[in-house]
Amino acid sequence: MPQTLYEKLWQDHLVHQQADGTALIYIDRHLVHEVTSPQAFEGLKLAGRKPWRVSSIVATADHNTPTDHWDRGIEDPISRLQVETLDANIRAVGALAYFPFRDPRQGIVHVVGPESGATLPGMTVVCGDSHTSTHGAFACMAHGIGTSEVEHVLATQCLLQKQSKTMLLQVDGRLARGVTAKDLALAIIARIGTAGGTGHAIEFAGSTIRGLSMEGRMTLCNMAIEAGARLGLVAVDEVTIDYLRGRPFAPKGAQWEQAVAAWRGLHSDADARFDRVVEITAEDIRPQVTWGTSPEMVVPVDACVPDPANEADPVRREGMERALRYMGLSPRQPIREIRLDKIFIGSCTNSRIEDLRAAAAVVQGRKVASNIRLALVVPGSGLVKRQAEREGLDEIFLAAGFEWREPGCSMCLAMNADRLEAGERCASTSNRNFEGRQGAGGRTHLVSPEMAAAAAIAGHFCDVGELLGRKEKG
Amino acid sequence: MDKFVCLEGLVAPLDRANVDTDAIIPKQFLKSIQRSGFGPNLFDEWRYLDAGEPGKEDSLRRLNPAFVLNQPRYQGAQILLTRQNFGCGSSREHAPWALLDFGFRALIGESFADIFFNNCFKNGILPIVLPAAEIDALFVLVEATPGCRLVVDLEQQQLRCPDGRVLSFVVDSFRRECLLNGWDDIGLTLRHADLIRAFEDKRRIEQPWLFA
Repeated sequence: MPQTLYEKLWQDHLVHQQADGTALIYIDRHLVHEVTSPQAFEGLKLAGRKPWRVSSIVATADHNTPTDHWDRGIEDPISRLQVETLDANIRAVGALAYFPFRDPRQGIVHVVGPESGATLPGMTVVCGDSHTSTHGAFACMAHGIGTSEVEHVLATQCLLQKQSKTMLLQVDGRLARGVTAKDLALAIIARIGTAGGTGHAIEFAGSTIRGLSMEGRMTLCNMAIEAGARLGLVAVDEVTIDYLRGRPFAPKGAQWEQAVAAWRGLHSDADARFDRVVEITAEDIRPQVTWGTSPEMVVPVDACVPDPANEADPVRREGMERALRYMGLSPRQPIREIRLDKIFIGSCTNSRIEDLRAAAAVVQGRKVASNIRLALVVPGSGLVKRQAEREGLDEIFLAAGFEWREPGCSMCLAMNADRLEAGERCASTSNRNFEGRQGAGGRTHLVSPEMAAAAAIAGHFCDVGELLGRKEKG
Repeated sequence: MDKFVCLEGLVAPLDRANVDTDAIIPKQFLKSIQRSGFGPNLFDEWRYLDAGEPGKEDSLRRLNPAFVLNQPRYQGAQILLTRQNFGCGSSREHAPWALLDFGFRALIGESFADIFFNNCFKNGILPIVLPAAEIDALFVLVEATPGCRLVVDLEQQQLRCPDGRVLSFVVDSFRRECLLNGWDDIGLTLRHADLIRAFEDKRRIEQPWLFA
């Protein structure tokens, strides 16, 4: 019977299945960070259990780590304790690799996994972090888990799971100038809603997806969770294989050939059936900007803030009204007229080298607008940072008035000192615009790196495609 | 994990959709390395008028009188009634830990986000999914009935209302068993340790690059 990619991955990891369909699924890669693991390690110890396979573990500190003054260490004592607890746990237990605070390879766990080759096609990848869906870009069954499940994986190398339904997101055509994987992700969420993917594994397919780099595919799969799907998937092709060749933990020599041959089968069969199919035409997508407090509250940059009065459903209408109050916006206000206070380029969604190159191309030879109090670039990892510096991107950002920081999650969730103050408005390349996400009372607008860069220059939102066009003519 | 068999408790209504995990427990409280103590900071930004920080004495903070859980009639609630997509966002188990620590043992909503839903069962919290029309009716009932208490009967998979109405719900059979018995998942899985080891040995031969 023809199978979807998800069904193939499921079958390949199935250890045991109960009569009611609950399955024991084997976990190949366990990514660990400091926030969601301490209670799991403690639970393991209290129960007198040993980790099943420590060589499955790749760990790094990312959520709490500061992005400047690394010489001073972590000044917040509570954050420091959490990071030191991870140090101690990994020291006690072991791991395939650990990139602690200030290690040259430290960074956001979802950037570090793929760039080190620790994420390989066909793996199950889990982490106590919802954006683990990122790794689905490599045809991995990858999803976030809670701390109890972190402990479960440590102790048993397995998870108890029910098979998800499948959804095919078929995207065909060419993305216009200035339209990125981030805009595609936001347009998909606008279409299906933040609960549209609940209970489903989403496979992204079609000519547009084939045309995306691995960085773009990671951005897209990263945002699958914002559409409600625990996991997103992209089939293996030459782009995947080219990306992985020569990575530190990727197989070498004869084993590489053997692996590549296996990976080439990681796609849905031509006549596989999905529970739901959604079709998107790439040419229809414009650069996107969120206006509210949920990623589904999003419109194209040339549109206006929607009017709740036009919403028939009372729960949705109230949600819109509450979001507009929180965001300090009025119905029918043009998106282009929204003025900003801060710019954040970073996060597991958009902090890879390609994101930084794209933002730098917009910024080059320009200055950050005078109303912008802080424009931050936070590379996803130490390796991304050094690559960008080799290419001179840091100089471009610094010359324009951006700050060039050390890697980490930073202002995506503001667990460290990088945050919005109440009422501050930010163009952010991160993934969540929830109330308080970037700091209590802070107002987040989600955009692509290019759009964030363009907003930094203009001081308000503008169509980066137009800005780039003008630059070329000029 | 505590068993969940049958609970009779006060219901509090949280009448909004898409309540995310950042709202349930803001990020600054995730710095804790404990499993408990999150209750005072459940819905922190909605519950208090001032900003919360770890280490701050919450009993001295100004409560937001407009927030539903601060109203006298809902004190001591053990059942939370909500709308669609409750628990969306991050995988933080601190969200169910905060709900449990505050006193909630059951949640009733139109839908729940996948990871959050799963995390609830690992902590002895029962999330119940009901159709929109029944959720609407429950909001009306709770609003109109001061001290409204529901009986949540997991064994019978029934919700019994004070007006005599009985609503049926369905819980996945394995999860139901685990809750009814308070079973430890890890202990259950380790009964299959031989199967896991055999699977792993085979995998190591077939796909050795996964075990580098």
